[in-house]
Amino acid sequence: MRSWVGRRLPRLEDPTILRGLGNYVADVAVDAKLFATFIRSPIAAGKLKQASAPEGVQCYFARDIIAQPIRPVLNRPDYVAVEMPILAFDDIRFAGEPIAVVLASTQAESEDLAELVDFDIDVLAPVLDTQSASASGTRPVHDVDFPSDVNVVINSNIKTPNFDEVFAAADVVVEVEVISHRQSAMPLETRGSVASFDPRTGRTTLTTSTQMPHIVQLGICESLGIPVSELRVIAPDVGGAFGGKMSLAREDVALVALARKLRTSIAWIETRSENFLSSWHSREQVYRVEGAFKDGYLTALKADILADVGAYSCYPVTFGVEPLMAMAELPGPYNFAEYSVRSRAVITNKCPIAPYRGVSRPVQTLAMERLIETAAREMNMDPWELRDRNLIHEFPYRSPSGLVVDPGSYRESLRLAKKLSNVEEFRDRQVKAREQGKWIGMGISSFSERTGYGTPAFAARGMGITPGFERVSMKMDSSGGVELRIGASPHGQGLTTALAQLVADQLKIDPGDIRVIHGDTDSTPFGWGTFASRSMVICGGATQLAANDMRDQILNVAGAMLEISPRDLILEDGEVRVVGSPVSVPIAEIARTAYLSSHLLPEGSAGLYSTGEYDPAGTFSDACHVVEVEVDIETGGVEIVKYLVVEDAGILINPAIVDGQIHGGVAQGIANALYEELVYDSQGNLLSTTFLDYLPPTMAEIPHIDIHHLETHTDASLTGAKGVGEGGTIGAPAAILNAITDALSPFGISINEMPATPSRLRDKIRTAQEVMQ
Amino acid sequence: MKPQAFAYERAESVDQAVAALVEHGDEAKVLAGGQSLLPMMNFRLARPEVLIDIGGIADLRGWSMSQDTVTIRSLTRHCDIENSDIPGPLGALLRYAAGLVGHVPIRVRGTFGGSLAHSDPSSEWCMMATLLDARMHVMGPSGARVIDARDFFLTVFTPAIEFDEVLTHIELPALGSNYRVNLKEFARRAGDFAIVAVMSAIEVRDNVITDARLCAGGVSDRALRLVQAEAALIGQAPTPETFAQAASLASQEVDPNGDLHGSKEFRQDLVKALTKRSLAGSLT
Repeated sequence: MRSWVGRRLPRLEDPTILRGLGNYVADVAVDAKLFATFIRSPIAAGKLKQASAPEGVQCYFARDIIAQPIRPVLNRPDYVAVEMPILAFDDIRFAGEPIAVVLASTQAESEDLAELVDFDIDVLAPVLDTQSASASGTRPVHDVDFPSDVNVVINSNIKTPNFDEVFAAADVVVEVEVISHRQSAMPLETRGSVASFDPRTGRTTLTTSTQMPHIVQLGICESLGIPVSELRVIAPDVGGAFGGKMSLAREDVALVALARKLRTSIAWIETRSENFLSSWHSREQVYRVEGAFKDGYLTALKADILADVGAYSCYPVTFGVEPLMAMAELPGPYNFAEYSVRSRAVITNKCPIAPYRGVSRPVQTLAMERLIETAAREMNMDPWELRDRNLIHEFPYRSPSGLVVDPGSYRESLRLAKKLSNVEEFRDRQVKAREQGKWIGMGISSFSERTGYGTPAFAARGMGITPGFERVSMKMDSSGGVELRIGASPHGQGLTTALAQLVADQLKIDPGDIRVIHGDTDSTPFGWGTFASRSMVICGGATQLAANDMRDQILNVAGAMLEISPRDLILEDGEVRVVGSPVSVPIAEIARTAYLSSHLLPEGSAGLYSTGEYDPAGTFSDACHVVEVEVDIETGGVEIVKYLVVEDAGILINPAIVDGQIHGGVAQGIANALYEELVYDSQGNLLSTTFLDYLPPTMAEIPHIDIHHLETHTDASLTGAKGVGEGGTIGAPAAILNAITDALSPFGISINEMPATPSRLRDKIRTAQEVMQ
Repeated sequence: MKPQAFAYERAESVDQAVAALVEHGDEAKVLAGGQSLLPMMNFRLARPEVLIDIGGIADLRGWSMSQDTVTIRSLTRHCDIENSDIPGPLGALLRYAAGLVGHVPIRVRGTFGGSLAHSDPSSEWCMMATLLDARMHVMGPSGARVIDARDFFLTVFTPAIEFDEVLTHIELPALGSNYRVNLKEFARRAGDFAIVAVMSAIEVRDNVITDARLCAGGVSDRALRLVQAEAALIGQAPTPETFAQAASLASQEVDPNGDLHGSKEFRQDLVKALTKRSLAGSLT
């Protein structure tokens, strides 16, 4: 029978979701007894002097919640640990920080009562930009010791031994500075939680929109000083996350503390404005890179990376996540030996950062791809040729930052993308278009996507708690149905379908007979959740191991039933067959025997249960994006005319799901490249707090995306699948900004800042036109 | 995201609505299509004590035409206009502009009069009223009165309607067949309010521009007539050179504020580009 892996199987999750039968936190919240409104600081920096609520208003301040602050740790000397209190009680460190929580029997009433709460803040001048934040004499955002400059909380370096010598020997050194403005993961469903205390058991259940229920459980219990057994965390259907729901929310700690204290149930559904203000930002970074080239080969890279990480450190990955990923992975798909990098994180009076799809890689890739493109121009080389020459092509490859890259198709992706892009034809069209006053450009982006980070990768960062492995447990029930319990926590990816395809192939049953249970700490094995393009690789590998074990058990039971050695049995089409004989037993009968006639089986083999655990070192997907844009030079508007992706994500378990990941990822990459930007004013107030001012692109702005797959087989992933959750987002900004730069090349303009908004483009074009006149 | 508590009254006639407004004073707000007011209430930027819903008043929906005037009643939905068969250049401009108002769900609920009474300086209808010197008819306790468009838009979100008055209908001049009309908008995304928009109506007889009307949105606290550009067009032949010259004047006569979507200079650039394109587009 044809294998299930590789098929475009419609997602098993979809009929429920698409018919409106999804069960989200807000569906659970309707049954809560109390509804919470968090009162948030309207001030970016200050001292909370006094706060009080009128009699009769059920309002809780920091003093009413007994909990330890959230203090994520990295075990490395340059990391400065800071504390995030559950509610601010003294220092106010960003506008939007929660000060108090008001409870009432309806949401509207709690919002009414919240307006009656009185508080005074002595306003301080906010620390808002990385330059002034780290200048000597600047007020520290946290009252802690800084080993280097004030407010610098990560200051890491790598320098390879022969860097200076090789850098000095270059023919050409090309320097590029790229800037990325603040962005938000912005899931369709905001955050939200219901904490419900059960007086019968003394336990509390937190139903919350999260990517990592087990880690939420751990983080809250550590803060409250209670055993994890006292808290059950459920992730119901989650309406998108993109990294924005993989950090412990102080609001969740407050809800659980209050539900326990008041022995009741409390719901909080974050408003969109709250989501903008306080639900983690990302990607406010500047990279200065210098590439040394000799004979057209990149030989050495010097880089200075600076990230504005906001006011606090996110749990569990910390505010080191952006600068440390950037430092380790900046070299990307390029083959060179010498690397000197400094990477810093600076705290400011702004919303804290946390991972967002791709984390630093969209900006890293922008830096490297603008560098390659600029170098090609300066050396008068074809940018395709320059990439081809410098892409890694011998595997395993060891990067100058020490990463081991498994086999991929970096050059092959580039070459196929070039072939599909009709480059010569485009250059002819470009010339003709310019004669008619139309400015079209083509941009390339080659990159790697590190996925399936196991514990070694996180341990290398010095993480105080080290994510990585995944466990699953599998049961075949007495009628032959399979139940797979996973520690991963899918929230829209279609993982349930892909895992069912894997299991179906091992056990020769229908994917529809496999039920995947996730998102409940009471009924799933401990796991780190779903983030960092890890679940297909790691949870998939664990599932494959459990399914292999289950297959062996089924054969063993069948062997005992038939009194035949399991070696002479095979699984096929839902039954066990005796090799070379017409004898067969349906799986359902074997399963029934395993439970209900276990006296026939060897001792200790009743029931059908297996487990799998997998903790890989990690693997790298790769891709090449090619974009054609048309720039309206009078308005600064950019239209994406064509979008091509050549992607290698290893073996595709379900190509339709992979295409969906690429579509969504590219859409968010386009958002990053052209549209989305969080803007603070000079007092630290966030100006973009609605979709009037923060602009996720819609269907109308996203072009058709042409996708081609290559499938390199790797031993780095048990299933052969590489992660593909972030590649679209990683590659798009560089390709688009390269395309805009190409379109505007007659003006001598480089576009190195994202989002490349019409106003920014127009400012550059206007300046160039004034110079040209 | 819940509005402050409010009372709700449904008016069955304009007189009832006016009576309710008189009774509740400026604590009351008129609810038409609710596409601006309800979000503002959810954000608690608007906190009316009483909502007077005029949505059920059948007399306030639809349009009619006399020899030289098209009258659009205030509760006419954007989609009604988008799908109307109002004749001539005015009808064409109305239909096109209606199609640029928000998205389909907004156009199905939002109303022509509601948009004017909301007075957003970037809205299509405020621009059109200004462009064509519309006459706004309001009804109050002491009877009906007419407000000219130039006196109607006081500043952002502030029309010259008294608290106890209801906007009932709007008269627009039916443009003769020699008029050429166009609207060009620059928005970051489909369906957004334009950052800048320029609407034009020029009358061309014997290859000479005999009337010129240009209005820009998004450059001031109200939709703005580009009077210097208009003056430069009249008496000229409708050529690209004429239009380019008018566009330059237009960009110089506006003095927009910069904001997070773009600098002052960027908006001036847009006025120039869109004026030129709107005029050129009017001929095709």
